[in-house]
Amino acid sequence: MPRDISRRHFLKAGIAAAGALTASRLPLPAAVRGASSKELATLIDIRKCIGCGACVEACSWTNEAKFPEPKKPFPKMYPSRVKVSDWSERRHVTDRLTPYNWLFIQEARVTVNGEEKTLTIPRRCMHCQNPPCADLCPWGAARKLENGITRIHPDICLGGSKCKKVCPWHIPQRQTGTGLYLDLLPSFAGNGVMYKCDRCFDRVAQGELPACIEFCPEQVQKIGPRDAIIQEAHAVAGEIGGFVYGEHENGGTNTIYVSPVPFEELNRAVQKGPGRPHLRPVEDAMAHADNLAKAMVIAPVAGIGAAAARFLRASGRDAGKEGKEDGS
Amino acid sequence: MNAREAVLPGRWIRGSFGILFAGMAFTGLGQMPIFKRYYIADIPGLGWSADFFFTHTLHYLGAGLVLALFGYAVADYLLSVRRRYALTGAGWTRVLILAGIVGTGAVRVLKNLPDVTFSPGFTMFVDIAHLGLMMLFLGAALLFAVTKRHWVRKRPSTEG
Repeated sequence: MPRDISRRHFLKAGIAAAGALTASRLPLPAAVRGASSKELATLIDIRKCIGCGACVEACSWTNEAKFPEPKKPFPKMYPSRVKVSDWSERRHVTDRLTPYNWLFIQEARVTVNGEEKTLTIPRRCMHCQNPPCADLCPWGAARKLENGITRIHPDICLGGSKCKKVCPWHIPQRQTGTGLYLDLLPSFAGNGVMYKCDRCFDRVAQGELPACIEFCPEQVQKIGPRDAIIQEAHAVAGEIGGFVYGEHENGGTNTIYVSPVPFEELNRAVQKGPGRPHLRPVEDAMAHADNLAKAMVIAPVAGIGAAAARFLRASGRDAGKEGKEDGS
Repeated sequence: MNAREAVLPGRWIRGSFGILFAGMAFTGLGQMPIFKRYYIADIPGLGWSADFFFTHTLHYLGAGLVLALFGYAVADYLLSVRRRYALTGAGWTRVLILAGIVGTGAVRVLKNLPDVTFSPGFTMFVDIAHLGLMMLFLGAALLFAVTKRHWVRKRPSTEG
């Protein structure tokens, strides 16, 4: 353990020093400064990533205060089929997403220009433009901010894990023994809090960059207005004959990847499973809701029209009867 | 069924509304992750109740039907029923709660559209109000059913 601590402290100090040196030179998009109604997206250029893990470390220490400190023993869960999810003894795990690790590096052994290479891919929440996690959260704990960030509020989340089930990449991760459910019916409803990347919403609100972007020594990531980021992603892809992921996935996300090899190939090569998301094409999960919402505008009009037609028919019948009676 | 109820208008509307509302309550509750936990989805034929996207689609479809029915009922009341019948206090109570449920539901549908973002606090208020008003309506409907307080009563001038 002491070895881990000293390594962590060394990295923290190193990252902080590097950050201080480079922060002043980083171009901060104007839209990042203060509140903005424009969505910000990030561009992740997979070619540049060397898999050093500086982003993972930076994410970890920057967000340390947000990580859960669960109360133990956990409440007994009813019914017994409800399983607890405890990562508090495995906080050091960095090869997948956990409540204590919101960003990890995925590896893919692929062939680039005839040469076998290992590409490394920073993976975290995609921050969808119309996120099903936020749309379908029954409490409003998962929410999308105007600047394109989707975050889960830890004081409101009950840990039902619905957000994880409806997320096309199953990103949020649960920690039992923390959050609001402990004050309600801990044995019968809820099961902790769901955690995921919040793209350093607090830093962004103060005009700073997300930690994973600021402390990356290779400038793998960029952040800016979505339109500009998409434009740049296509420019890079065009230049290298590469491919773009995240622009249209799930109806559009605010995390855009550029790769020198097709994402189908990357998806085949990466290790997938719990906490290790895929790179498949993703249909818009909320498209059904968008279409039905349009039908809902017509529905009351149709109802009113039907009632009016019935009224007019009845009035016509009455007028006809009266006419006959007058004529007889 | 008593003789008084037999003459009340819109029986098919109230019948359809009851069935629709029960469906909306079920699919609405299904938006909370409880059906799998509490074995509802294990009941043969109810496996679909643990599929959040499916119950969400059903809830939206039901909302469309509820809106069509409400549109019909309101127009029918204003155009013809109103001349002979008046809403009772119990009727007004139900109408106001329903208006709240429909209003909060409409806001939630709007919020789920792409490019529409409401403040987190407002969204949470709408979520909880939608659920709370539904609970209130079920409580009120139960109370009025027990005390036999109907939606409408005959206007005095048309009685006898």
